Amino acid sequence: MTRNTSTNHSLLTPFNLVAGAILIIGAGITVLRFTRGLGAVTHLSNDNPWGIWIGFDLLCGVALAAGGYVTSAAVYIFGMKRYHSAVRPAILTGFLGYAMVVLALNYDVGRPWRLPYPFVVQQGTTSLLFEVGACVALYLTVLFIEFSPAALEWLGLKRARNLVTRLTMLLTIFGVVLSTLHQSSLGALYLIAPSKLHPLWYSPYLPVYFFVSSIVAGLSMVLFESTLAHHYFGDRMDAAHIEENTGVTLGFAKAASLVLAGYFTIKVIGLAMDDNWRYLTTGYGVWFLVELLGFVAFPCFLYAVGVRDKNIRLIRWTAVLTVVGIMLNRLNVSLIAFNWQLPSSERYFPSWMEIMISVFVVTIGILIYRFIVTRMPILYEHPDYPSSH
Amino acid sequence: MSLTRRKFLGWVGAAGAGAVIGKNASASTTEHFKGYPNSFAVLHDITLCVGCRSCEAACNKVNELPPPDRPFTDLSVLNERRRTTAKAYTVVNRFQNRKSPQHPVFAKKQCNHCLEPACASACFVRAFRKTPEGPVVYDPSVCVGCRYCMVACPFGIPAYEYDNAFSPKVMKCTMCYPRVMKGQLPGCVEACPREALTFGKRKDVLEIARQRIHDNPGRYLNHIYGETEMGGASWLYISGAPYQEIGMREDLGVTPAPELTSGALSVVPMVVGLWPVLLTGIYAITQRKEKVAAEEKAAAVAEAVEKSESSARQALSDALNKAHKEALKEKDAAVQQAVKKALAEAASSKAEEAAH
Repeated sequence: MTRNTSTNHSLLTPFNLVAGAILIIGAGITVLRFTRGLGAVTHLSNDNPWGIWIGFDLLCGVALAAGGYVTSAAVYIFGMKRYHSAVRPAILTGFLGYAMVVLALNYDVGRPWRLPYPFVVQQGTTSLLFEVGACVALYLTVLFIEFSPAALEWLGLKRARNLVTRLTMLLTIFGVVLSTLHQSSLGALYLIAPSKLHPLWYSPYLPVYFFVSSIVAGLSMVLFESTLAHHYFGDRMDAAHIEENTGVTLGFAKAASLVLAGYFTIKVIGLAMDDNWRYLTTGYGVWFLVELLGFVAFPCFLYAVGVRDKNIRLIRWTAVLTVVGIMLNRLNVSLIAFNWQLPSSERYFPSWMEIMISVFVVTIGILIYRFIVTRMPILYEHPDYPSSH
Repeated sequence: MSLTRRKFLGWVGAAGAGAVIGKNASASTTEHFKGYPNSFAVLHDITLCVGCRSCEAACNKVNELPPPDRPFTDLSVLNERRRTTAKAYTVVNRFQNRKSPQHPVFAKKQCNHCLEPACASACFVRAFRKTPEGPVVYDPSVCVGCRYCMVACPFGIPAYEYDNAFSPKVMKCTMCYPRVMKGQLPGCVEACPREALTFGKRKDVLEIARQRIHDNPGRYLNHIYGETEMGGASWLYISGAPYQEIGMREDLGVTPAPELTSGALSVVPMVVGLWPVLLTGIYAITQRKEKVAAEEKAAAVAEAVEKSESSARQALSDALNKAHKEALKEKDAAVQQAVKKALAEAASSKAEEAAH
């Protein structure tokens, strides 16, 4: 399928037709958004200033793009060189993920052309959003540099490529620092609104929860993406990539199971520290338990079983379950349990155009991913640059 | 009380980034900020409000807001619960009075101008500022439109111009800052025909509130709303009806908004300082482990080679010895055989000779 598209034989594949339709509709809504304002395309209100462009595109997008820092830290810092072939795909999806987050932010903020203002005009350093913005901007740059060797190999720029690869360790450490900061700060954004976020989700540990769950999200996304990549781009993979894949899957699943266990523990500790047990019997409490048991404890168990039985299929499905769970958590904090005290008539539900823009942004990300993996050495090693570690 | 000692340096805006984070986060001071001395405040005596909407009309006029959907004389809008919007900095709501149902309670709503505002603490471009005079003011010339101020505000006050595509602004009451600076009263205070609003120095206005409660214990609850809520505000309220029943939350606590995030902010410099050390340490350990493992492997290989070589030598020399011995044996056997044969031949030739 992918071969066909790159050789221009049949551009009219079902995938391309759907993607094309999404791009056309998205472009239309984009014009509407920037000529008529946020009110014309969103269901945002004065009580609900943040919708799915923050709850999904920003919060889920950043969490699910965590594979980049998790994988590069595992391989370069913790010395798990057996997983080396997983680094480039993870860095690429991380880079594209963050790029799409920034693209979506341009739709959400009122005056996107002023996005550099917090850095160049005046700095609101007491704001967690300042920290998020600064770290995301810096980390996007780091990911771009980390990704660039693949592009430089493709372009045949040997000198520049070798220069950049020498920065690997520095960039990895910088990336982990920045990721720690902004992954946690996204949770800390909500610390200022204890009166609006339901007590089961509000916790002084919100930043820790967001950081720890981002590790799980990163590991699970690497597993999920490698499943998809195998399915659609298997012909692009070299022997090393395919051989190492079982090891990567088992290793990442083991790590994900462990971190999920830790995440579950600190969630329960938070529940106990704030003495929020009494809320568990309410409707929100049941919903909280669905998230905690169904999407944290259960995948933790499934990952462990998958590793013990070396059941790759089970591990891959568990990765999907975990990713859904992380998204559920982010949507709970930002939308579902936020403004829980407002009457239902004043609650937020996205408009179809908001959803469409989110789909549009994700589609652009997938198209760029496809463009890159069908051309650049991502899933295989460039013959001129054998493993240099 | 010097300015530099205060915890809210962030929104005073005079200090650099390091000082702001340090001051906010370190909790090295236990000093409690009670507001700028001599700052202004407004007291809203809810028992005096009759819901005539004069304040809304005056606010609309002095702030040059767009004309309302329905005229200010139309009191039927009181049938629905309203909040502040981009077109209305202040609204009056009507609530049922549990004690005497024939006399509903009217309460005015607008920005409370917190002493340590959540909006100012949350703004990543410092568009909000608490002035020493009391009003919390907004600078639209730097606003990016992220609307985090609206998420942060515990009173649900800031509104946004969602329908403005090119220069949308956050809209909220300014406590008529420009008028106050000229020595005039805020528009709503000036317009109120019932004197339900009293403007003055915050400390004086608080005194008035206490006096009224003291003089009329049956008329008022003993709670000045805004004195301590979210660290205190520059709008104060006294009421006969419980605040929770007239749309004012009583569960906000007394912690100023900046303190809610100061802990998380304080971690930032620590992560920046320690993470590289930790990660480099882990890297060094894995490198060293690999080096040691490689050395051990090399040593083991050398030993194994040595061992196999020596055993090979042994085997070779054994084999040689054995071969040598066997060769000797064979030689002996051959010699004996030859001797025997020679002897036998000699014997047979002797016998032949004898027979002839």
